[in-house]
Amino acid sequence: MAERSFAHEVTKLRDGAGTTFSGEGILAVTKALLQSGVAYVGGYQGAPISHLMDVLGDSHEILEELGVYFENSASEATAAAMLAASVNYPLRGAITFKSTVGTNVAADALANLSSGGVTGGALVIVGEDYGEGSSIMQERSHAFAMKSQMWLLDPRPNIGAIVDAVEAGFELSEASSTPVMLQLRLRSCHLYGSFEAKDNVRPPMTVTDAIENPKRQLDRIVLPPASFLHEKEKIEDRWPAAVEFIKARGLNEVLGADTADVGIIVQGGVYNTLNRSMELLGCSDAFGNTQVPVYVMNVTYPVVDSEIVDFCAGKRAVLLVEEGQPDYIEQNLNTILRRAGSPVALHGKDLLPVAGEYTTAAVTRGVDAFLTKYLPEVKKTEPALLKPAEDPGSPFAPRVDPQVVKARPPGLCTGCPERPIFSALKLAEKEIGKEHHVSADIGCHLFAINEPFNLGATTMGYGLGSAGAAALNSKDADRRTIAVMGDGGFWHNGLTSGVGNAVFNNNDQLLLVVDNAYSAATGGQDVLSSKADNALRSTKHPIEKAVRGIGVEWVRSVTDTYRIGELRDLLVEALTTKERGPKVVVATSECQLNKDRREKPLRAKAVKEGKRVVKERFGVDAETCTGDHACIRVSGCPSLTIKANPDPMRQDPVATVIDSCVGCGVCGANAHAASLCPSFYRTDLVHNPTRKDRVLARARKTWTSALSTGVEKRASRYEAVTA
Amino acid sequence: MTSWTEGRRPITIAILAMGGEGGGVLADWIVAVGQGAGFFAQTTSVAGVAQRTGATVYYVELYPAGEGGGVRAEPVLSLFPTPGEVDVVIASELMEAGRAVQRGFTTPDRTTLIASTNRVYSMDEKLALGDGRVDSAGLLDAARLGSKRLVAADFNALARQAGSVISASLFGALAGCGVVPVERSRFEDAIRAAGKGVEASLRAFAAGYDAAQEPVPTPAPAPAPGPGAVPITLLTRRPVDPEEAAAQSEEQRRREVAESDPESLVGPALRGRVQRVVADFPASARDMLLQGIVRTAVYQDTAYTDRYLDRVARVVPLDPEDAAGLVTETARHAALWMTYQDTIHVAHQKIRRRRLAGVRAEAGAEDDTQLVDVKEYLHPQVEEITDTLPTALGRRLAASKGFAKVVGKVTRDGIVVNTTGIVGYSMLWTMAHGRPLRPRSLRFGREQEAIDAWLDHAVRLGATDPALAREVVECQRVLKGYGATHEHGRESFALLMEAVDAFTGSDDDAARLARLRTAALADEDGATLRAALGQRAVAAVRSVG
Repeated sequence: MAERSFAHEVTKLRDGAGTTFSGEGILAVTKALLQSGVAYVGGYQGAPISHLMDVLGDSHEILEELGVYFENSASEATAAAMLAASVNYPLRGAITFKSTVGTNVAADALANLSSGGVTGGALVIVGEDYGEGSSIMQERSHAFAMKSQMWLLDPRPNIGAIVDAVEAGFELSEASSTPVMLQLRLRSCHLYGSFEAKDNVRPPMTVTDAIENPKRQLDRIVLPPASFLHEKEKIEDRWPAAVEFIKARGLNEVLGADTADVGIIVQGGVYNTLNRSMELLGCSDAFGNTQVPVYVMNVTYPVVDSEIVDFCAGKRAVLLVEEGQPDYIEQNLNTILRRAGSPVALHGKDLLPVAGEYTTAAVTRGVDAFLTKYLPEVKKTEPALLKPAEDPGSPFAPRVDPQVVKARPPGLCTGCPERPIFSALKLAEKEIGKEHHVSADIGCHLFAINEPFNLGATTMGYGLGSAGAAALNSKDADRRTIAVMGDGGFWHNGLTSGVGNAVFNNNDQLLLVVDNAYSAATGGQDVLSSKADNALRSTKHPIEKAVRGIGVEWVRSVTDTYRIGELRDLLVEALTTKERGPKVVVATSECQLNKDRREKPLRAKAVKEGKRVVKERFGVDAETCTGDHACIRVSGCPSLTIKANPDPMRQDPVATVIDSCVGCGVCGANAHAASLCPSFYRTDLVHNPTRKDRVLARARKTWTSALSTGVEKRASRYEAVTA
Repeated sequence: MTSWTEGRRPITIAILAMGGEGGGVLADWIVAVGQGAGFFAQTTSVAGVAQRTGATVYYVELYPAGEGGGVRAEPVLSLFPTPGEVDVVIASELMEAGRAVQRGFTTPDRTTLIASTNRVYSMDEKLALGDGRVDSAGLLDAARLGSKRLVAADFNALARQAGSVISASLFGALAGCGVVPVERSRFEDAIRAAGKGVEASLRAFAAGYDAAQEPVPTPAPAPAPGPGAVPITLLTRRPVDPEEAAAQSEEQRRREVAESDPESLVGPALRGRVQRVVADFPASARDMLLQGIVRTAVYQDTAYTDRYLDRVARVVPLDPEDAAGLVTETARHAALWMTYQDTIHVAHQKIRRRRLAGVRAEAGAEDDTQLVDVKEYLHPQVEEITDTLPTALGRRLAASKGFAKVVGKVTRDGIVVNTTGIVGYSMLWTMAHGRPLRPRSLRFGREQEAIDAWLDHAVRLGATDPALAREVVECQRVLKGYGATHEHGRESFALLMEAVDAFTGSDDDAARLARLRTAALADEDGATLRAALGQRAVAAVRSVG
């Protein structure tokens, strides 16, 4: 079950014509798919489109009613290959994933798909994870569109415009026999807004119909000589068809035509930012009434040559606002304008940042530079952000000492079962007396690269933790390397790319599989080895079984990662055993976020019903804590923090456990395994005690108060009576 | 058509929060309020991976109804907060408020900054061996400097008191600050419509609403240099932490009582020692000494207290008025060192009634009757046991491999002692009663020797440089922790003393030692200290050459 439930929101998906649909961008996309008569949907979760997968999962009833097939693909490659259903059949299909990482994985299938072309509309919805909030390398999906020749839609960030783009995308795909990519930037995915809904459309042909009427076209299969034919078709047929459709439908927009003899060209996704910049400079308003002509490219690939030439005709200069690098569109425009013999001066990355997110500040500076040069009279105002930082009126004027604002990178949550795994690994290294090369993977466990664990040297991609250590395999070395992989990455491809590879090549590494029963980093979606029952999917397939099945001899599974001492001993054994070949440790404990979500209501209910419930949490004795914070350095738990020392004689802050503690036990286990201080204690608060509990408690109280009387009496000779 | 500057612009609201704090819920509530009141509302965020405890920003724009037309039917709203153009910034924590100032989201010409003054310490602050906390007063000053109006309160505490979470109290403050021109009831309707924990949320909302009407807390003036006899103002470096503020006012009270009625601060058996403290020591060190005599007496006995006073008395001639703070700091650090954390002391601390009462309260026990078990996670090590035994026996057992093996086997995985149980309590009680054995123990002899050597150091240097002597005394601060951490502390301490011995008597010796001590507390492997010592050596060579 995913972290966020959309069970309530998805009821809106049934709304038909005449209703206003309000919601997040990805919910609107789902609605748009249903309005477009989509026949099948697939994808792989990952920010910023995780919620799209979650929404689809939660709306399975509606999908079934409409005859729409939906699957949680094993990987982005699987999702892309799924679009093969649109090659021979007039089925509209849509897939979604995080980009560019997902597009990288899908690239093989997308290239094959694009070569043969499609009959039914094929839509690839990519969540462009670029700029602030991104968790991946900074690249552009644009390159994939160009290299495989898929059309790239980049609608302006407006819920209605995004919905229109989904519908137009299918039509464009069918009109040009080409798959279409719909690019949604990070903030657009989380954008909240409204649009006028239409009725859902049952696909004219369902996958059932297709299965029962199999068809094949030899010239659509990628094998010579057809592959050479495809290359020709791309240029001679599909491209002109696409350009024709884009022009006829007016997908790109010209605003404020003829208002000036200079102009601005902008990617649709950056349009709102550009308009805000122009508002700040006094040459547009909130309703887009611009005083400088603007060409909005809601389709960024292909670039429509004639539209560019027309827009630039009679203009002295044009500014292209293109986010990210390389500057594919700028190069393209230069070619188009030069071929057309246009005298217009084209500016772009000479005035705007070459790389990085195009925030309002970045775009405003670039547009200001452009207008200052060509049309200064149109600038009526100057926003404060243009002032130099030295100016006291600048928003960037130093008002806070940079030393007091510390970075706050993401980390493992309170109670995370992965924390004890890395604590144990640290302790195992300490015991062996050697540091190791640690190859990290993608997932929550990657947070171990930061304080306090500082474990992990590289990350080469999802499921590639083991493969990332493949070369570091030597019979002559005095230690082995360590690879980390999550359960998500394991099932995505790690089983073959990592484990199978290590078996085949006799790799001596230790592979630590972190199994928290979900694809946790992407929002807690189920995977094959998830422990929970899932009505739609087949779960409970143990990782150990797969690992043994692929040929690993040395496999150990741990079912309670909080037993740090035992896990440490096991890791020491794995790192020192004489046995050759890969050593795999599967460390299993359920993601605390998901567990809490599952158990909290049950616990509250039990307390209410009068059942005996014990609530555990940890604490630190401020008196015995000497304020050295060694416990924090082996844990990093958000609930284990510091507070001012209550003892007026001592100055350093002491460790403390705050109320968010879920009593996972890591503190206690660390205090034991790392031989920390005697300050940690666990409290077991008993709700609805039994008769036996109460009798025992009475006996204990009598005994302890008898013994403590003497202790307190002695102390009272020295201590003042406190108020 | 300079519409933006003429005010044809949306109300812009940025929320800086940490993952899991409900920033998204808050943004959704604001949108609901805006839409209900006829605004065109848009929100977005970059949650992503930052939702795992990282810092993140939510952004809302509300465009007034009844305007518009032209190219677009709906207003074109931005997805980014623009530096210098944000009307309201809501920061769920004080450092996040500082971050909002740093990023230029909150500016003095425009922004109403709603800042919760509670701190959620960053990893950097928590990891330090000593005190890595940044100065909250500095953050609060920045918040004030960087905003047109500052609404600052501990919204986390307000929410907790109401049984809710911080998003609700911050939402109340937004309603209360009046920037969004919508009546209070509409805000409350948004909470009701969301339908979860409504009553508690409404209570937190009301508390936040009221807080927005209060004046902002003023930071106290900077502490005056040197320890004044009776400070007139409350010296608050971090004025916004309520617990710490309470501790500081308690300290203030104690200092006043130490002046007026010192005997009331100790038990009857120590009254005689109070006379000595008053007669033989400077007044400004009195409070610290009174705490020291109680501490040492409870730890061992009154003879030990006399030994403590004798030790502190050694530094009095060097700084008779305590102008350099040498007496106060010696009173502090000698007491702390003399009451080192051994097994006997820890057992004693664990079984005290006030400790168990505090633990019960923290666990959330509703009253005296709710059952709470308290389980200690202990890991006694060979040295800790042999250290407590009489010297000869301790030394013999410490050297014995067999003993180490037996102890190792029993305690390898640690032990859990139920202090609230009969067996557990009796065990700790018995250990606490090992007090008479302590003066004959291995560690006692070692510690007393080290304490005297340390004071010899201070006394020798104090004759010419009391400030340096005080720094030497303060080096006790690196002796902390248990087991390996304590071992590391002892090594650092030895390095610091060695470094002092190499000092050549210049004016900045005290400052140099202070810097080295900071370096010793910077990490656990001693790298920073070694680097600092290395640099010093190089600098010394240069100055000679």
